[in-house]
Amino acid sequence: MAIRACLGLMILLVFSSTISTALFEDQVGLADWHQKYIGKVKHAIFHTQKTGRKRVVVSTEENVVASLDLRTGDIFWRHVLGKIDRIDQVDITLGKYVVTLSSGGSILRAWNLPDGQMIWESILQVSAPSKSLLHVPANMNVGKDNLILVFGGSSIHALSSTDGQIVWRKELSTNSLEIQQVFQPHDSDIIYALGFIGSSEFVAYYVNYKTGEVLQQSKASFKSGFCGEASLASDDVVVALDASRTYLVSISFRNGVINFQQIYIRDLIPEFSGKATLLPSKYNGILAVDIASSIVLLRVKGVNELEIIEKINYPSAISDALPLSKEQQAFAILQHDESRIHFKVKFDTDLTNEVLKETIQMDGQRGNIEKVFINNYMRTDRTHGFRVLVVMEDHSLLLVQQGEIVWSREDGLASIVDSTTSELPVEKEGVSVAEVEHSLFEWLKGHFLKLKGTLMLASPDEVAAIQAIRLKSFEKNKMTRDHNGFRKLIIVLTRAGKVLALHTGDGRVVWSVLLPVLRKSETCGNPFALNVYQWQVPHHHAMHENPSVLVVGRCGHNFDAPGIFSIVDAYNGKVHNSLVLEHSVRHIMPLPLTDSTEQNLHIVIDDNLHAHLYPKTSDSVKIFLDEMPNIYWYSVEVGKNIIKGYSLEIKGELDMAENVFQPKELWSIVFPSESETIALTATRKMNEIVHTQAKIVADQDVMYKYISTNILFVATVAPKASGEIGSATPEEAWLYAYLIDTVSGRILHRVSHQGAQGPIHAVVSENWVVYHYFNLRAHRHEMSVIEIYDQSREDNKDVWKLVLGKHNLTAPISSYSKPEVTVKSQSYFFTHSVKSLAVTVTAKGITSKQLLIGTIGDQVLALDKRFLDPRRSVNPTQSEKEEGIIPLTDSLPIVPQSYVTHALQVEGLRGIVTTPAKLESTTLVFSYGVDLFFTRIAPSRTYDSLTEDFSYALLLLTIVALVAALLVTWALSEKKELREKWR
Amino acid sequence: MKLALLLFVVLVSNFLPSSLAAPSSSGDGYAITGRVKVEGMTSKGFGASSKLLNAKIILNGGQNVTFVRADGYFTFHNVPAGTHLIEVAALGYFFSPVRVDISARFPGKIQAALTENRKALHELILEPLREEQYYEIREPFSIMSFLKSPMGLMMGFMLLVIFVMPKLVENMDPEEIRRAQEEMRTNFLPRSS
Repeated sequence: MAIRACLGLMILLVFSSTISTALFEDQVGLADWHQKYIGKVKHAIFHTQKTGRKRVVVSTEENVVASLDLRTGDIFWRHVLGKIDRIDQVDITLGKYVVTLSSGGSILRAWNLPDGQMIWESILQVSAPSKSLLHVPANMNVGKDNLILVFGGSSIHALSSTDGQIVWRKELSTNSLEIQQVFQPHDSDIIYALGFIGSSEFVAYYVNYKTGEVLQQSKASFKSGFCGEASLASDDVVVALDASRTYLVSISFRNGVINFQQIYIRDLIPEFSGKATLLPSKYNGILAVDIASSIVLLRVKGVNELEIIEKINYPSAISDALPLSKEQQAFAILQHDESRIHFKVKFDTDLTNEVLKETIQMDGQRGNIEKVFINNYMRTDRTHGFRVLVVMEDHSLLLVQQGEIVWSREDGLASIVDSTTSELPVEKEGVSVAEVEHSLFEWLKGHFLKLKGTLMLASPDEVAAIQAIRLKSFEKNKMTRDHNGFRKLIIVLTRAGKVLALHTGDGRVVWSVLLPVLRKSETCGNPFALNVYQWQVPHHHAMHENPSVLVVGRCGHNFDAPGIFSIVDAYNGKVHNSLVLEHSVRHIMPLPLTDSTEQNLHIVIDDNLHAHLYPKTSDSVKIFLDEMPNIYWYSVEVGKNIIKGYSLEIKGELDMAENVFQPKELWSIVFPSESETIALTATRKMNEIVHTQAKIVADQDVMYKYISTNILFVATVAPKASGEIGSATPEEAWLYAYLIDTVSGRILHRVSHQGAQGPIHAVVSENWVVYHYFNLRAHRHEMSVIEIYDQSREDNKDVWKLVLGKHNLTAPISSYSKPEVTVKSQSYFFTHSVKSLAVTVTAKGITSKQLLIGTIGDQVLALDKRFLDPRRSVNPTQSEKEEGIIPLTDSLPIVPQSYVTHALQVEGLRGIVTTPAKLESTTLVFSYGVDLFFTRIAPSRTYDSLTEDFSYALLLLTIVALVAALLVTWALSEKKELREKWR
Repeated sequence: MKLALLLFVVLVSNFLPSSLAAPSSSGDGYAITGRVKVEGMTSKGFGASSKLLNAKIILNGGQNVTFVRADGYFTFHNVPAGTHLIEVAALGYFFSPVRVDISARFPGKIQAALTENRKALHELILEPLREEQYYEIREPFSIMSFLKSPMGLMMGFMLLVIFVMPKLVENMDPEEIRRAQEEMRTNFLPRSS
């Protein structure tokens, strides 16, 4: 009895210590990595004049404003603005504040340049969000009250740059005025604002900078209209494009007299055809026109005289002008030539000669140059040196100086569209383990150091050594598969159409490829990356082949645009095959079927609801036809509030070359559109493995989980409350949650939440759904859980039935049958808004689950599923407590130690992806947004392996001590025995 | 260890005069001005301001995002009348979301309450909320923690068996042992009746 009690105590103690999965501070970076990005750069402003740290301030398409170190490309500071708060322009004022204009010209903020602290924020009354211009006078003396001018819509705001107060405001015109160009002649108080009213009227304003008084205003209309682009050629000539984009219109506005002069582009450039674009630039007397095949530089000699200076063939890019002195400006031209880039700098005073000419070798996977920003520095011999910041087609950012790429940032990773994982190659024979572990002595030394660390005996130097050993662990960064399945490749698809493979060990880019089919071309003007799927995962038959992934895209944003397929090798990024499909891509269904070469079968549903089978081989068709009667699919039409279920059928003769199947509608669910709109649908992960159907509850009772892969969770909200929080009152808001079987169309369960609204996030796993929404009555966020149990198997609990064989356990489960289900649900308050919701998955589904909640603060919180158990009650019975049921509380606890991201943030969090490791206890978690974060977590601790901080040395020490004790006691007992015998 | 962390949310009803008098077409809303204040030094010795550098103030779950100024003030502009939710995202601190009611009937009347503990913010000091500690604190080595670890327990148990069990047997009465043995024997013998 005593022994049993002792054992019980021991087990209890062991288990009580395994509840939390928190991290010690010195474990940061062992299993996790974090990468910071900013996104595709739109504007860049250099700050290099003063001595000290040279920086470049950038704004990006991810709504990030950041200050980067010009020497290394590291981020000094960074702010991610709200989703709808797009940055229009960025500038530096007073030499110490960064000014950003955002939200269609309605918000102006100033940030402290050294540390990024917000200094002031001003809201401008703009009639309609439109193109807006920020004008920061550069020639003002620092110390004077500098004004920042914002031109947006039809008004001008002048703000003080020290505190953001509006000094004056001028309404120019109530019509649809769009200011195109603003400039201030040197040392003058007059601002020229040039723009268009509507599409055919040109207008020029002369505004007093100090008071906002309109000194002069002149208007003239042009009968063939403007396309809305204009470029300033000199102090009194502006050049615009007409509505057909085939004529250049030079407009002179000297002294308020407006003259138009049309020039047919083909007269200037005989090979011109199609449409031209004006490149926004501010040169003295020079104009850059983008005609489809090249960029043409024109000199404006007079109102009606244009002269070609240079034609730069595509692909190339040209920078804005950089004023060096009052008379001189410099600009950069970058031109592609295979894998090289020619970098030229010219002065506008001498256009025939180059000041600087360099050639740079460029990685071929970055695509074309999209934007160039030029900056100068003083060489030691007092001449000008130039550097350029280059934005590439794949959204990466490079700094080029002295013919070299000084640094580069892979900023395409800030806009990941989809991701998947791939196994690494198996370790080849011949690579011995000894090489990895260097020598036994080193290994032991390391462990002794660690032991010292755990015993708190180590000196600071040794602590540092321990940390270094742990961090650079060669083991985790190898390019081969490991036993535990921790090392994998994360294959991500970015919005730029680039596919990158990241190593889970340290997050480095193993390979990257800019897919040619996802680049702009004549056949496909606006390609759009959609998804990435596993195409081929060889394990038995095709071992010698590398796994590959399928990248799916679309030509344009419409659903009926033709689809794009590309198959990429997962080990080296080679593109095996890529094609533009003849049909559109609406849904893709990876089937759990593989052909003889282990390529996964995929069904592509096009816009006409026809199904296309891929890969298009006779082998795959054969396999598919056997399974076709079992394939069901559904479509959710959010706008029409309809969910329809389909199967597939063959109408007429099956064309073996085409493999097109027709849909057969089986059921449809129509939601009443006056009271409900579909807000969200969620399904179980296809590859999720459930360990057991039975759930043993208290008193040795059994409940059978209703496990069906066909469960669809649908949430609908009241149409009035489909907007953001704050737009509806509790009385007019409600939320319905449905569980639908997608084979039969049967609604398994429906529950209503009165006074609740979106945004809704949901995750479905095993036999449960967890969803997050906003409760307007309590004005708090809420999370609900629905668990669904199979009632028809309830009788099987009877032992006698099992013995006599009267159970129905062996009865086949059919999706057609209508099982009796019971549903349990419960709701809890949750403090934060949620950006993303996911659940851990493990290899065999034995380990308990954790929810991964991406909070509004861009952190990822791990919450044990036990907190979302509908069987929780205020006072659980003794047996329920033993089972692990937590007493019911009204809100879910947030334990800071259970943040997976610990003290880091995944800025702009958009998605959380979980992948099982081979080790049952462990899940790999990859979360992405503007930043990337990867870690591995063990929801019930690593019960199946020794933890990383397991002290082998201590074990060795214990064994040695035991052996010594054994020897001593043996000697003692010998002695004693001898004494006994003598007696 | 726990330091006082104060959050003042000062709701000043200082609307843009122009927008109130004549609601313009773009923004006919009100302004919510508040203040986030973290007092004292944190346990790591950072100044309060550097901690708040990256603090974001989020309205209605991401509809609007703004940042705090150096003095801790923030403002949301053009917020329509109704009930809104403000959240503060600052790494290292736990802030309760704040429910803000802007009255439509009495323009300019704003009420606020913490949603976590339903505490009304009237003239407007929030109870100190907690500071978040994201890492476990490593306990210094102690003999107790070693004994509590599985390995220590196993060793303790082994020692117990080795040294105490024989003692238990020794301490038993010889008579009792004999009786127990007898009893066992009789139990195992087949009964013949």
